[in-house]
Parts: sequence; structure tokens; C-alpha cells
Amino acid sequence: MLASDMPALFTRDDVAKIAALAHLELDPAEMDLFARQFGEFLSYAEAVQQVDTTGIAPTASVLDRHVADRPDTPRPSLDRDAALANAPDAAADAGFFRVPRVIG
Amino acid sequence: MSDDALSAREIRDSVRSGTRSAVAVCRESLDRIAALDPDLHAFNTIVADRALARAEAIDRDPGRWHAAPLAGVPIALKDNISTSGVRTTASSRILDSYVPPYDATVVARLEEAGAIVVGKTNCDEFAMGSSNENSAFGPVNNPWALDRTPGGSSGGSAAAVAARLVPLAFGSDTGGSIRQPAALCGVVGLKPTYGRVSRYGLLAFGSSLDQIGPIARTVEDAALALQVVAGADAADATCAGEPVPDYAAALTGDLRGVRVGVPRAMLEQGVDAEVLSAVNAALDTMQARGATLVDVELPHARHAIPVYYLVAMAEASSNLARYDGVRYGFRADIKGGLRAMYARTREQGFGPEVKRRIMLGTYVLSAGYYDAYYLKAQQVRTLIARDYEQAFSASRVEVIAMPTSPTPAFRIGERAEDPLQMYLADIFTVSANLAGLPAVSVPCGFTADRLPVGLQLTGRRFDEATLLRIANAYERDTEWSKQPPPILSR
Repeated sequence: MLASDMPALFTRDDVAKIAALAHLELDPAEMDLFARQFGEFLSYAEAVQQVDTTGIAPTASVLDRHVADRPDTPRPSLDRDAALANAPDAAADAGFFRVPRVIG
Repeated sequence: MSDDALSAREIRDSVRSGTRSAVAVCRESLDRIAALDPDLHAFNTIVADRALARAEAIDRDPGRWHAAPLAGVPIALKDNISTSGVRTTASSRILDSYVPPYDATVVARLEEAGAIVVGKTNCDEFAMGSSNENSAFGPVNNPWALDRTPGGSSGGSAAAVAARLVPLAFGSDTGGSIRQPAALCGVVGLKPTYGRVSRYGLLAFGSSLDQIGPIARTVEDAALALQVVAGADAADATCAGEPVPDYAAALTGDLRGVRVGVPRAMLEQGVDAEVLSAVNAALDTMQARGATLVDVELPHARHAIPVYYLVAMAEASSNLARYDGVRYGFRADIKGGLRAMYARTREQGFGPEVKRRIMLGTYVLSAGYYDAYYLKAQQVRTLIARDYEQAFSASRVEVIAMPTSPTPAFRIGERAEDPLQMYLADIFTVSANLAGLPAVSVPCGFTADRLPVGLQLTGRRFDEATLLRIANAYERDTEWSKQPPPILSR
């Protein structure tokens, strides 16, 4: 699928769908602004679609070999209190991060 | 305030020889910060007591520190580099009270080398920006003209070094965030080869692009700083085991026989005339000293900005998913379930540019668009990297020279409403990140309005030694980096 087949402009609904995927609760003014700006950016980026990349491998990382093999040996890590110290709602005695209700 | 500030190497030598105490050096840095930072806003956090305590420890035990490469040198760290026990915010509301429980590898290495952290510097939120205007704590002002930006995203680090608050600072560079502010503030900024310096403890933005590097007033100090932080790290699987050469020994001052590539076609449009003139004069200086200028072509460079932003935004959307109000940082006060809490926390915790990039990154990674945008960008990334390989091998050049930024420092607010205009200014810096190459910005002149101009040199992978040798040799013939900004003469 080529980007040029896609609608050039984003609607507020399009932005709302992306926001849901990204766990962001945008206000209506932000949605309108982003709809315009995303359309501008993706139109600008469209030139990339025209580059002939037949047979060109994608670069996910510039590292050309794996350098980090090591024995899998247990080591100390952060202790529980340190790991919980920055939590906005820690149940320190129980050793948990507390979160709002997940189900129901 | 006069420009009597010493370089990092001079401070190190004076502390090691006992000519000056680490405490006196530290107090001087803290005094300069107290005098000038209210006008610059380069620092998010200043840790005066912690710094003085460490300086006292160095003075008490000279035997332990007599060979330390940065003994008693005050340094500033961009606020996205983790410091154990010292607040690290990435200039974001979502982390405004976050105190890391561990040090970044570079911090551990710097402190082991005798450096003294005086504070954490302001930056664009999560290093996303080219002007420092995206900080949740407000912009940084450029020491050369307070109504102008210092560049970004490591704007606080560059401004702090330019204003002589510290001789040495560290930034991170994902698409130019060390080099561009260094250029706009008239100092030296080095982005090492991807994998040269550990990223452990760097708050991740674009993991295949990010590198930590130094900002200093001289190439010699940048080399000294790289020597301390470079090299393999078991805590970062992408940190390479390549041998680290003696960078100070590489600084021979010799430019004879050096081949400097110049991508003339890239410079034909969109570059400010005064910037181009300063860069051309720098190339003439290098030629007069025995370097040969060679025209090179980088045919895919014109796609570098969209490719860079597509890749960086995709990686950012993944990396910033961790900020959810559960394990650290800000949590929105909300009645409702877990998902509502996530969404409200992120809405209130992130600024507009970060949200824009998370959203676009999410979009280009989503089903139906991945191949058209993200995969395509990764393929063109390969072509951009090949252009550089071709220039280095077929044209046999050691470095490729161009401006660091197409314009000098711009006014605060001038581009803030137009993200795309802001992105376009990264034209000369993003390719080094896409290709993983080392690149340095060195001061090469001023505009008629006394705004600094930077020359960017890009080198071969893991060949910072050659890159620094050429930059240092050029610097020896010029006085640009010795000129103090007007904020010092008030």
C-alpha cells in the first residue's frame, strides 16, 4: 500500500484512533491541530515513497555484528524499596505498585 | 565577568599539581552559575552541596586522584542522563520528581575520573526539539543573544559551556542534539560513533540513533572527555568492544595530505549566506594547511529529514510507552480505571511535541502503514549510509565537511508554531545518526550580528581519532572558540 493512496488530510476521528492506540487522551483543540500537522508532515514525507528501494535491506540498527554475548549468570539488581521509591502509589510493605481498578 | 575561564585540561592539571584546590574550582563554577544562570536558564537542577562535598573529598586525598584524567573538573549533565540520587527529569512534567536509583555508565565513569557534577541541564523534553523551547521548565537563552535559542535539544549544556559556567558538559544526540546547539552557541560538540559510548542510563528517545557525547570549548577537551566515557559496557548490548585509542596523542595538528570531502550540491540552496561564507573560509584555511578538498556526492541526503523523523518517531512511540503513571513519575488524579489513568497521565504529563511524535510514531508503526512508512524509511536509511561509505571508500576522504546548521541561532518563538519548519533545520545533522557515524561541530566564524557559526565534520565509523585530529588542527589556526559571549562582559 502506497501512502499516496491514503487520504491526504487527517480527520479528528483519525487522530482519535491513533490517540487511543498511544494511550493519550487529547482535547478537541489538540486533535484539530494534530490533524492538520500530521497531514503536513506525511505529505512532506511522501517523497520518500518515490525512492527505488528494490532489493535494499532495511536498516534497523547500524551495528553489523552482535557484540554482547555473555554467560547468563545471576547478578544482583535493584532492591525492592529502591524499585518502588519513585512510584506514585506504591504498596511498599506488600512490595507492589498499586494501580486503579483494571476490571469491572 | 572576564573570560579567564580555564579549559578542563588546565583545571585538571592545576588540581593534580596542587596549584588550585578542587573546592576553589567548584566554588568558582557555582558562583558563575549563580551570577549568570538566572538569565540563561541552562540548569534544571543545581547540586551545590553534593558537588562541594565531592570536591572536598578530592582535596583530602590527592594521592588517589593524582592521575585522574578529570580531577576536580566541574561538569554539567543533560537532564536525560540518569544520576543516582539526583533528580532527572528529561525536562518533562511526567518525570519532574523522578530520582533515579542508579547512575548512567557515563556518570559512573566521569566521577571515577574525578569529574564533579554541578548540575543537570535544561533540554527539549525527552530530547525532542532543535531549540530547547519544548522544555516543560521553559526555554534556555543563548549567551550570544538572550532573545535567541541556544539550539537543541542539548541547549542547556551548550549554553552552560559557552557562558563558561562549566568547562565541560554532556548532551545526547539523536539527530543533531549535541552538534546543533554547540554550533549555535559557539562551542565544540561531538557525537561519537553509534556504539562508542554506553547508553545505559540515558533516557531513551530513538534507541538506534541516540549517543551521549561531550560539549566543550576546545577539541582537546572533547577528546579528553571521550577518552573517559568511551568503551564497552556490559550493561549496554549496543555498546561496542572496539579498542579505544589514545585521543590526546592523535591531536598532532597536522593537516598535510588529509582529504576533506565537500558535498557541494547540498550547500547550493537553503543555507544562510553568512553561514556558507564562514564554512567556505574554514575550508580555505584547511586547504592552506595542506588538506585537499574533494567534491563528494550524497545523492540520498535530500531524503534524510523525513527518513530520520519517521524512524525516530517510531522508536520514540515505543520507548515512551513506559511512562504510564505506574512505576515512576507523575500520575494524573482521576476516578476511573487503569486505561483512563494511563491516557490522562500521558495527556497531562507530556508536552505538545512529545505527543506529536508519539502519535506519528504510533501511526507509522500501525497495521497497514508500517510497510509504506517505517519499512520504507529503514530501506532509504540503508541508501543514506551507503552514500557515506561510498564517499569514504571511492573518494578516499577522511572526513566530510558541511555546515552544522543552515542558519545561525534563531529568535525564541520564531519557529515554535511550525514543527515542520523546525525539522527542516536538521538537514545537515541527521544523516550521521542514520548512518551511525561520528561527527563534530567546531566554531568557524560569526555572522555580522556576532552569532556563532559551526563547521561540521563527519568521520568514519569508530575513527573519532582522525575526526578529532582534523578538527583540532583547524581549531589551532583560528581564534573563534576563544571569543567570549557578550553575557560575560556585563
